[in-house]
Amino acid sequence: MNTTISTSTRASDKTKALLSVLGMLMLGMVILFAAGHAQSATLHDAAHDVRHASGFPCH
Amino acid sequence: MFPKMLTSAIGAGCAAWLLAAVLHFAFVQKYILLGEEYESGAMVHFGGAAPPAEAAATDAHSHDDATAEEGHTHDAVEEEGHSHDGAEAGHSHGGGEVSTFTRDLWTTVFFGLVYVAYALILVAGFGLARVYGKVITAREGLLWGIAGFAAFQLAPAMGLAPELPGTLAADLGERQVWWWGTAASTAVALGLLAYGRSLVTAALAVVLLAAPHVIGAPELEGFSGVAPPEVSAAFAARVLGVGLAVWALMGWVAGHLWAADKPA
Repeated sequence: MNTTISTSTRASDKTKALLSVLGMLMLGMVILFAAGHAQSATLHDAAHDVRHASGFPCH
Repeated sequence: MFPKMLTSAIGAGCAAWLLAAVLHFAFVQKYILLGEEYESGAMVHFGGAAPPAEAAATDAHSHDDATAEEGHTHDAVEEEGHSHDGAEAGHSHGGGEVSTFTRDLWTTVFFGLVYVAYALILVAGFGLARVYGKVITAREGLLWGIAGFAAFQLAPAMGLAPELPGTLAADLGERQVWWWGTAASTAVALGLLAYGRSLVTAALAVVLLAAPHVIGAPELEGFSGVAPPEVSAAFAARVLGVGLAVWALMGWVAGHLWAADKPA
């Protein structure tokens, strides 16, 4: 019984940790896309030098 | 674990931001400005390359006989460069329409966004490693940072070299897809190589490392750069060198912060 509870708690902790990892990854990718790749004219002009200097495809 | 990851990522991202901005303005920005001089036609590659007497005696609009035969003349290149300007109507390049201060301010702000984003992705990797019982310290962080540089800058640069302003290139959407695919595939491959334990994972890693380059990045037929190749080469090399330094610092700081904080 105790073993079952402990196992399911560990599984739940692992799921929560993996969700945190996924959330972190998505947050990073969304910001990276907006700053480095989105083609709104305003974003592009403001980020122009950074995009060239980071090796992102710019134009 | 999320707050702990966020703390490490923001700390490391800010350290990287500072170094990236300093190194960019010290080593890279002048090449962007120089590239724009050639892009706008304010400077002309061949016109300024040879002493006046020699330039007058030779055809200043072609590299040499061999390139002239190939039809790669400076006139043709310049026309393409100008048509690029036309195609990018409203695309200011920051020159002329905004002050240098404003331009550099935005550059600094966007370096912050880019490196905080990279740090979030890097620390998400730390979190994944912890789920599987791997300990990350400053030393591992440094290696992760160098691997991150390889995934997000070096490997994409092998197909899409950092472009000086004024360089014509293939369809933007296709290049962006190749960029993201290469970064993701290289990152996963390096993770498998570092933490995988079987020949199968090593073999899969090699396939993932090679695949983007076997497929090949989208590219145009022919070459169209208006700036001297020395400028493009120095720009690309400095971008990669600065990237390595910044990623290494970011990884080290992230690993240090990650190890200093007790598991949440």
